[in-house]
Amino acid sequence: MPRRLSILIAEDGAADRMLLAAIVGRQGHHVVTAANGAEAVALFERERPQLVLMDALMPVMDGFEAARQIKQLAGNELVPIIFLTSLTENEALVRCLEAGGDDFIAKPYNPIILEAKIQAMHRLRRLQATVLEQRDLIGRRNQQLLDEQRAAKAIFDKVAHAGCLNAPNIRYRQSPRALFNGDLLLAAQAPAGRMFVLLGDFTGHGLPAAIGAMPLAETFYGMTAKGYSSNQILREINAKLKLILPVEMFCCATLLDINLGQGILRVWNGGLPDGYLLQAGGERLPLRSGHLPLGVREATVFDDTFETLPLAVGDRLLLLSDGLLESCNADDELFGEQRLLSVIDANSDRTTLFDDIQEALHAFHGQILDDLSLVEVNMIAEDRPVADLSPPSYPLGSKELHPRDWSNRFELRPSSLRMADPLPITMQLLLQISPLRCRIGTIYTVLTELYANAVEHGVLLLDSTIKCGADGFATYYRERQQRLDELVEGFVSIELTVKSEGPSGYLRIGVRDSGPGFDVQQALNQQYCSGRLGGRGLRMIRQLSERFYWEPDGKVLYVEFHWSGHA
Amino acid sequence: MTISSQLSADGQELTITIQGRFDFNTHQAFRDAYQSSGSSPRRYVVDLNGATYLDSSALGMLLLLRDHAGSDTADIRLINANPDVRKVLSVSNFEQLFAIA
Repeated sequence: MPRRLSILIAEDGAADRMLLAAIVGRQGHHVVTAANGAEAVALFERERPQLVLMDALMPVMDGFEAARQIKQLAGNELVPIIFLTSLTENEALVRCLEAGGDDFIAKPYNPIILEAKIQAMHRLRRLQATVLEQRDLIGRRNQQLLDEQRAAKAIFDKVAHAGCLNAPNIRYRQSPRALFNGDLLLAAQAPAGRMFVLLGDFTGHGLPAAIGAMPLAETFYGMTAKGYSSNQILREINAKLKLILPVEMFCCATLLDINLGQGILRVWNGGLPDGYLLQAGGERLPLRSGHLPLGVREATVFDDTFETLPLAVGDRLLLLSDGLLESCNADDELFGEQRLLSVIDANSDRTTLFDDIQEALHAFHGQILDDLSLVEVNMIAEDRPVADLSPPSYPLGSKELHPRDWSNRFELRPSSLRMADPLPITMQLLLQISPLRCRIGTIYTVLTELYANAVEHGVLLLDSTIKCGADGFATYYRERQQRLDELVEGFVSIELTVKSEGPSGYLRIGVRDSGPGFDVQQALNQQYCSGRLGGRGLRMIRQLSERFYWEPDGKVLYVEFHWSGHA
Repeated sequence: MTISSQLSADGQELTITIQGRFDFNTHQAFRDAYQSSGSSPRRYVVDLNGATYLDSSALGMLLLLRDHAGSDTADIRLINANPDVRKVLSVSNFEQLFAIA
């Protein structure tokens, strides 16, 4: 359908100008006219016509210059310029197009051809306008999406950074967009001086991956704080992801359970590339994937077997996402495992390893990449002494001042001793006591020792000396499992008592078992493992608490943790 | 990338052949290969002979096929994987879910 346009005619010949204005006007278009290029530019600015018919050769300013200026003024909008020309040399016609002309028409004018060209140019105009409109729409939508992602990321960071990613011994590299690339990095201090680190990589990108990351992070931090074991946390995460993720989505992940105090690293890797344990002595041990990724297996067949490795001060742990190995350079080559290993092996000063890897990546790609994750955990000696002998004080808040006076006792009998772990529930209860929160790790350690003693020596009557033999550990735990399976009577009871008056107070933990009791004082004096809880364990309990005492028959052990406020 | 499927003469086995990159772009074609066959084969074979590359969304598609074929009772063989493709499958321990030859 022909459309009426507003058309600027720039022509210095008065007769030609009037003739052309008459032809174009008769075809129904609105016409404005100019007698030279400068007038044309001024008129264009004022009237903003939609199309320009431009004579090439004019006084004051010729058509070429006027075309250039009009095109500049028009900006992104397409204002077609058709040159009116009696020029016939190819070179002159080329100049018309180079100056920004879109077409030309030769004098004398054929009204039918002229109108056809005007309509053809109009179609181009509309196309250009549509493209611009859509570009702007896409731009706005994209901006909206980025804003939403920023907001989502801010929310997620509150959850993800609840842990200790900023600990001095952790270095990591993750782009702000990592979350929406499906990468996830979590780290938390676990009770008894341990640290859990999880690197995850969801299949897929964008929102679905980010949404899956949320419950994973919450489960990880929540359960870690409550004292659940790494196996229980892993099982829970897997079960949750299996439940919420569609079949084709899963999360490749490595979970590190770092216990530097006992010199033990436990690793579970499902689907991530090899991580590495770089020992202080120079050995490089791979942390290899031995499992299906999280969210694939039903809980009943999920395999939560960890690999156990020795760990010492000075060792480093390195985890990476496959984005690192699969990143391509300009020649479409992959960075690959071999390049990474040669960087690790060429490194002589472990403190620069993280930078060396980053530099190698940068040199390989020539740019910073934003879809890979890399984390290094450095095993540094704990500078905080294990036992803080003076009872800690805590800042006073008015809320903390009301007196507390309660006790709670629960008893585990054979079937529960087999299946249940009472420690997380107990810890949850104790976390409610704010002045004790800063010592919760210590309390966990003590409680673990007391409970293990009551179960293994009190109820199961196991002899610690078994552990001293060559295959001692394995034999001991096999025996423990067997006796537990066959157990028909016996109990362990845990009693918690909390009492506070003003800013001071205490927690007393009493652990009783159904066993025959033992000579605690004698065990304390012994250097090495005896029939009961080793002297080392008892001395540790005494060192970590404010008071440690027992019933004369040795059937109940008590520990107390005290606190006092600043006046 | 091309994906084709072929049902055995007795209708018991569906062979899905993958050429080129097995990644997110093949999602629909792969789905069609086992959904539009109109039959219900007992066994599936995914021939990776021509597959040059396999990414995590391809692993997801294999899980979808497994789900379609009855999850834990699915009988699916992955054959002729080249070393690179094989590596991706083994890092994710997919041999626990599929027979990989």
